[in-house]
Amino acid sequence: MDEAVLLDSLRAGDEAAFTWLVEHYHASLVRLARLFVRDETFAEELAQETWLAVLQGLNHFESRSSLKTWIFTILTNKAKTRGQREKRTISLTSLEDELHASGRPTVDPERFNDSSAVGDVNHWVWGTRPASWAGVPEESLLSQETMDMIRRVIDVLPENQRRVITLRDIQELSTDEVCNILGISETNQRVLLHRARARVRQALEAYLQPET
Amino acid sequence: MTCKELVELVTEYLEGSLPEDVRARMDQHLSGCDGCSSYLEQMRQTIRLTGRLQEENLTSQQRDDLLKLFSDWKKT
Repeated sequence: MDEAVLLDSLRAGDEAAFTWLVEHYHASLVRLARLFVRDETFAEELAQETWLAVLQGLNHFESRSSLKTWIFTILTNKAKTRGQREKRTISLTSLEDELHASGRPTVDPERFNDSSAVGDVNHWVWGTRPASWAGVPEESLLSQETMDMIRRVIDVLPENQRRVITLRDIQELSTDEVCNILGISETNQRVLLHRARARVRQALEAYLQPET
Repeated sequence: MTCKELVELVTEYLEGSLPEDVRARMDQHLSGCDGCSSYLEQMRQTIRLTGRLQEENLTSQQRDDLLKLFSDWKKT
């Protein structure tokens, strides 16, 4: 839907426009809130408060960012400040720990062997070389089972990795937007994203491995 | 550049944040290495599939709560 049209309708108090918006973003807002607060009910409350703030702020919104980014920013600010005050947030200190672990390889080092290299390439140990997924049918890749598996892997990632991959790859925000929302540097964002994606890839690789 | 080094640069490669000379070396490596080419392709697929995760639909309770919030706001 065209954003300018949507905004005009919202400002005019059109319920259908609001319904469209909450149908598209409410579940995402609750999930985003859950990246910062543990409690499901509290996350739902934060999402509702966000909608109220959105409605109240409509006349001040100047479209410098997309409507979606603006809404997500309101939510994350609320989740961070309200959560901290009520000590119901997940601690932010683990960022250090997560980054500290970033020196560790994301692919099992046993899969590489310098002596098997041919020239400068093919260090992959025979039998462990990544396989092409080109032969996997699209309906298997996009099956509910595959999607559930990806969701489970993301759910158990360290929290900062989970935040970054959720915002970047699920909500498809830009690097700048994610750095602003989370208050982290571009480098740290990239490190966290790399580790998160590598973990999901690893799980997919194991899952899609043809039976031998 | 070894394969072990390459796999750790994949995100920077896809983000377009690698220095030009490193990117060139990586492209050269990829052109001669099936394993790493598949690895990069798997990462692209991983990103695509993650982007296909869907949120659940609103429950009727959520919908009612939100529409009430909207009509209350309209009255103000």
